[in-house]
Amino acid sequence: MPDDSRRLITIVTEAILEVELCEILERLGATGYTVTNARGSGHRGIRDAGWSSSSNVRVEVVCNEEVAQRITNHLRDNYYDDYAMILFESDVRVLRPEKF
Amino acid sequence: MDPVIWFFVLGLVAGLAKSDLRLPPAVYDLLSTLLLITIGLKGGVELARSDVAGVLPQAAGVLAIGFALPLLVFPLLRAVGPFGRADAASLAAHYGSVSVATFAVGVSFLAERNVAYDSQLPLFLVLLEVPAIVVGILLARGLRSGQRWGKLLHEIFLGKSIVLLVGGLGIGWAAGAEGIAPLEPLFFDLFKGVLALFLLEMGLIAASQAQVLRDKGLAVAVFGILAPVPLGAVGAVAGWLMGLSVGGTTLLAVLTGSASYIAAPAAMRIAVPEANPSLSLTASLGVTFPFNIFAGIPIYYSIATALHQWGG
Repeated sequence: MPDDSRRLITIVTEAILEVELCEILERLGATGYTVTNARGSGHRGIRDAGWSSSSNVRVEVVCNEEVAQRITNHLRDNYYDDYAMILFESDVRVLRPEKF
Repeated sequence: MDPVIWFFVLGLVAGLAKSDLRLPPAVYDLLSTLLLITIGLKGGVELARSDVAGVLPQAAGVLAIGFALPLLVFPLLRAVGPFGRADAASLAAHYGSVSVATFAVGVSFLAERNVAYDSQLPLFLVLLEVPAIVVGILLARGLRSGQRWGKLLHEIFLGKSIVLLVGGLGIGWAAGAEGIAPLEPLFFDLFKGVLALFLLEMGLIAASQAQVLRDKGLAVAVFGILAPVPLGAVGAVAGWLMGLSVGGTTLLAVLTGSASYIAAPAAMRIAVPEANPSLSLTASLGVTFPFNIFAGIPIYYSIATALHQWGG
């Protein structure tokens, strides 16, 4: 039976980074991603999505352990200092492992 | 006072009082799209009627002003204000660039008084938007750096406001007054109503910035109030020297006295991420924009009138 466990990475960050971030994800080996608009509150104050400068996006990626490691390292080194960004990982089961 | 400004007040008060009033982001996008196209179309139609060769030297002068303004603001901020290099450069980019909303309120202000303005002003709006942002990035970064200019210039030049303004100018130019006539009900007749709704949303956004102001303190507020009039005066004198009408001189002053809150924040966020975005956004949107629509525009109009009376 094939191994069907994968990592789910969820990134919540500034909407302005969306395009750049998606390019990076693909370059680092993600086979796909899902982007949704988001709003909320955190260290950088309320991000209420009232207009473009205060909008957040939530990007979700399902990938294998190795790609997950590459993505988290890259984002930590390049974005954490200057941008509003959080990232968390969880273990998930997928139905068609060959897709991820 | 122009009634559209009361809609800004309404939004501001509702926002400060934490009302649940808010327009969907898509509506805000549509309103700003309408305003940008209207300003572009109007300029294009007028430009088609006027002498283009005479506009070129003026356009060069306006570009030069666009590069010069941030170079005036930056050293001043570094010398006087408690701002680091990145923050000062970002503020310089915001204040060198322009605000379309302020320009629209200026157009409405002149219309209330039946003052005509020169047809090339929307073109100047386009020309003034970009240079300051480029200079601001250079001030923060210097020439030698791994800056991805290709990507950045794409971001700046293909930003929504430039595309719609230039597109509107082109369409207005090509179609001429008669061609545009069927579009007038949407773009021209509704201008004031669209502006009123847009300002309502701007009031709500400014209120959210004003809450940031409480934490950022005095420096931002003082700069946001003191900067626009001298910067506007630069534009007024330049407009007068170029031989613009009183209305045109006023609007050029409105442009140089206004601060960007759409193009500049987006570009600076990508190019100079270490600059604090809420600092410049609060100054431009929370302080300077309200200042300009209440006090700045009438002041620029007075300066323009005085220059023309004095200089003939």
